[in-house]
Amino acid sequence: MPEESDVVDALSNLKPLSLHVPEPKFRPGDAVDFADVEVPAAGSVRRPDTLAPAQDFTDLAYTMVRVLDEDGQAVGPWNPQLSPDRLRRMLRDMAMVRAFDERMFRAQRQGKTSFYMKSLGEEAVAIAAAHALDDEDMCFPSYRQQGLLIARGCPLVDMMNQIYSNTGDKLQGKQLPIMYSEKRFGFFSISGNLTTQYPQAVGWAMASASKGDTRIAATWCGEGSTAEGDFHSALTFATVYRAPVIFNVVNNQWAISSFSGFAGAEATTFAARAIGYGIAGLRVDGNDALAVYAATAWAAERARTNAGPTLIEHFTYRAEGHSTSDDPTQYRSAGEPTAWPLGDPIRRLKDHLIALGEWDEDRQAAMDREVAEAVKTAQKEAEKNGILGHGLHQPLDTLFDGVFEEMPWHLREQRQQMIDEETASGRPWARK
Amino acid sequence: MTDTIEQPVDDTTTRMNMIQAINSAMDVTMARDPAIVVMGEDVGYFGGVFRATAGLQKKYGKTRVFDTPITECGIIGVAVGMGAYGLRPVPEIQFADYIYPALDQLVSEAARLRYRSGGEFTAPLTVRSPFGGGIFGGQTHSQSPEGIFTHVSGVKTVIPSTPYDAKGLLIAAIEDNDPVIFFEPKRIYNGPFNGHWDRPAENWSKHPGGAVPEGYYTIPLGKANVVRAGEAVTMLAYGTMVHVCAQVVADTGVDAEIVDLRTLVPLDIETIEASVKKTGRCMIVHEATRTSGFGAELAALVQERCFYHLEAPVVRVTGFDTPYPHSLEWAYFPGPVRIGQALKKILKD
Repeated sequence: MPEESDVVDALSNLKPLSLHVPEPKFRPGDAVDFADVEVPAAGSVRRPDTLAPAQDFTDLAYTMVRVLDEDGQAVGPWNPQLSPDRLRRMLRDMAMVRAFDERMFRAQRQGKTSFYMKSLGEEAVAIAAAHALDDEDMCFPSYRQQGLLIARGCPLVDMMNQIYSNTGDKLQGKQLPIMYSEKRFGFFSISGNLTTQYPQAVGWAMASASKGDTRIAATWCGEGSTAEGDFHSALTFATVYRAPVIFNVVNNQWAISSFSGFAGAEATTFAARAIGYGIAGLRVDGNDALAVYAATAWAAERARTNAGPTLIEHFTYRAEGHSTSDDPTQYRSAGEPTAWPLGDPIRRLKDHLIALGEWDEDRQAAMDREVAEAVKTAQKEAEKNGILGHGLHQPLDTLFDGVFEEMPWHLREQRQQMIDEETASGRPWARK
Repeated sequence: MTDTIEQPVDDTTTRMNMIQAINSAMDVTMARDPAIVVMGEDVGYFGGVFRATAGLQKKYGKTRVFDTPITECGIIGVAVGMGAYGLRPVPEIQFADYIYPALDQLVSEAARLRYRSGGEFTAPLTVRSPFGGGIFGGQTHSQSPEGIFTHVSGVKTVIPSTPYDAKGLLIAAIEDNDPVIFFEPKRIYNGPFNGHWDRPAENWSKHPGGAVPEGYYTIPLGKANVVRAGEAVTMLAYGTMVHVCAQVVADTGVDAEIVDLRTLVPLDIETIEASVKKTGRCMIVHEATRTSGFGAELAALVQERCFYHLEAPVVRVTGFDTPYPHSLEWAYFPGPVRIGQALKKILKD
């Protein structure tokens, strides 16, 4: 037995430990250089058979599926060979999302609602996925996939009614703006809690499989929220039961003010998370609508043939703040959005259509005017139903509706208390 | 299970212990509704660590009764998704002590889904979970976390005290379109427990609550059961503590009215109010820790509604505000001595 003092001496010869706390490369005021972001040439990544075992293509989790090259050509085995009509519809949907975001962001700044979240620079992620999925497939989105609704034809007025919590809001003003629920468009109720939708999507997919249905599920989360335990639970369940589900990780580099390093990006890719679970993992250029489409279509085919789930990392960039509640210039360099090496997804798809001879700048400009006009018209229509803060848009007692299917006594009592309070207050919107 | 099964007392009624009654509830409902699925750790081939799901996988197949990975968050999250699809999941959390990893999915998702989606999506889950102590389960197999769930809007909390109630309440819970937490007092799975841990264990064969119809019946959620009528004091209890209270009353000869709440949310306030107004005294008994326990809510409700009928302060008899100890389990447990002393005090006040 060594003396206690010997042990202490031995320990004293050890080097002191140090703690690594990740730090993003650029902070406000820094010049931005993304030269170290590895961007493989378009068309350079192989496309495995959709039935191939996941362990046969783990390399795809560390590279990047890209279809559109620098000259606007679609190249390589992942080229989905879409018709010009489909390409134009995708382009228009992306432009519509951007116009919608712009208008609703401004509406929040004008005090017409409390909150908004844009998807500037990430429009391809939701739009191309919606085009690659069947309309009947079930989506369990995070809060930045408004493109799914727009691509599936949800009326803009309905979305705006929700944003304004007005009389036309079928959620009765109960949810934070943009936390849509649109069952008719296969769009699950959005939660503000992160990644809770992941295991839910797996459960839906398992139910579909167990009932011999043909529909699959798809779900989205940000790279930051892959750190949630729900992510691990979902991937474990999905691999165990080979659930027909597509996991999308939208790696837009920033989780509010925390860069992707706080979710583990310094050590590996997010697509590589799939490997430990034996799930197919793909890493795609998220600003390349054709790559997103191709990867989603591949994963959907895999899921529909009972070959199991796929995790797709969409490598993209959040070009604006997290929401209307934060100012990105406070935590990252203002030069980042323009320096981002993967470009603007709308411009890239536009260039492709022009290169095909199926589009031109005049038609682009006309389309931009047309979508802006459509958004403006919808906004006028929605504002007829009221805007947040301008009076009471829902009957007071709806506050208690939907806690339970049938209202128990304690809620009935509390509802009466509220009505009594409002009557006593004499406020103009008191219930009569 | 070691319970002795007696002959049916009539054509349709059988002696069952609580496990068998719970098993029968799932069996009966699964036969009626193909949307019902049972899932959880070890519930499939093995039939559950307490055997509550024994035989169900064989009868209904692996897609309706299946084992899950060990992730309570995943179990409830997946169940929410299945509910959104149109299934009616009955997940088991192996011990209530393990339910905490599932809290976000229960509190933020299942409980609020109807509200936040304007009724487009609902979470018709029934989460079964054995709870409570008295089995030398130590601090990780003995807890009573019902107070956490009664504090959450949008979820119902149900706790049976007999095999008969367990089956009728579980069927009602499964058919309910809102999420229900169904806590099963595991100390009384095999027989009623009178609180005297040093006396021979009883089984359900002689207890009236052990006579259980074989077929379908329901006990509505939100209805309490007056298990003993009395004039001197009202004792509000649920689960195991109903039986402990009954034994203390039998031993002391106090003419107490014992109200088995059966459902904590929604609560049967009418029965409570009527009883306390009649007796003028109210004692609340639960095994869970004291501070912010469900007893606090009951005490507040009773003083709000029955203050001018009260002849003594409302008394709580509970577990202590410590983790559930292993070797000192019976010092922690609110047994006959603690209840008896409180009873003496409330009658003297």
